Amino acid sequence: MAPSGKNLGTTMDRQNRAAAAQRPQVTPANTTMAVIAPALGWLIPGAGHLVQKRWWRGLLLMISIVTMFVLGLLMQGKVYGFNTGDLLDMLGFVGDVGAGGLYIVTRALDGGQGAIHRAVADYGTKFIIVAGLLNIIAAVDAHHIALGKKA
Amino acid sequence: MVLELSHFSAALLFATFASIVFGITQRDNARDMVKYGLYCFSLFVGGVIVAGWAMWLLRR
Repeated sequence: MAPSGKNLGTTMDRQNRAAAAQRPQVTPANTTMAVIAPALGWLIPGAGHLVQKRWWRGLLLMISIVTMFVLGLLMQGKVYGFNTGDLLDMLGFVGDVGAGGLYIVTRALDGGQGAIHRAVADYGTKFIIVAGLLNIIAAVDAHHIALGKKA
Repeated sequence: MVLELSHFSAALLFATFASIVFGITQRDNARDMVKYGLYCFSLFVGGVIVAGWAMWLLRR
């Protein structure tokens, strides 16, 4: 026998309540952390996880991203400026700026000038860009942990 | 100080660090993180070897 309109309504209510119970609770504390963690994670790679007491994850992310960025600089990779008028340079900038504090410090010290005559320097440029992009992924992950979407 | 790396060693370093970040960020528990990290690493390195042989064949 097909459920009547009333029975169908109560079944759906029960399902909605069950789904709501499984959803993480959003409290002012975790919404604050959901802003602080990614911002801190962007500025200092891995710090978004460390501030939420995910020590090993934060440490591994920090080591991986910082090492990748430094290796890129040691290979004489280029760090892109804000606007050189070239579309590919602007995309490079978007990747680089993802490294947050590393990018700011490198630019302040006038590092990452690049050596275009060396093939290894081009790898270095890619290492720096990818370090920035990986840091953005790590910052988004810190945001998800703060919201309770991830353990 | 200038670092001189071969293509392959640069690719191995890239694969290692990218796989660590992918493993940690894309999975929920430690066991799955390690498994996914190793999976990404094998795909990175496997891709490099396949692409290397493909370029060698194209050059002949």
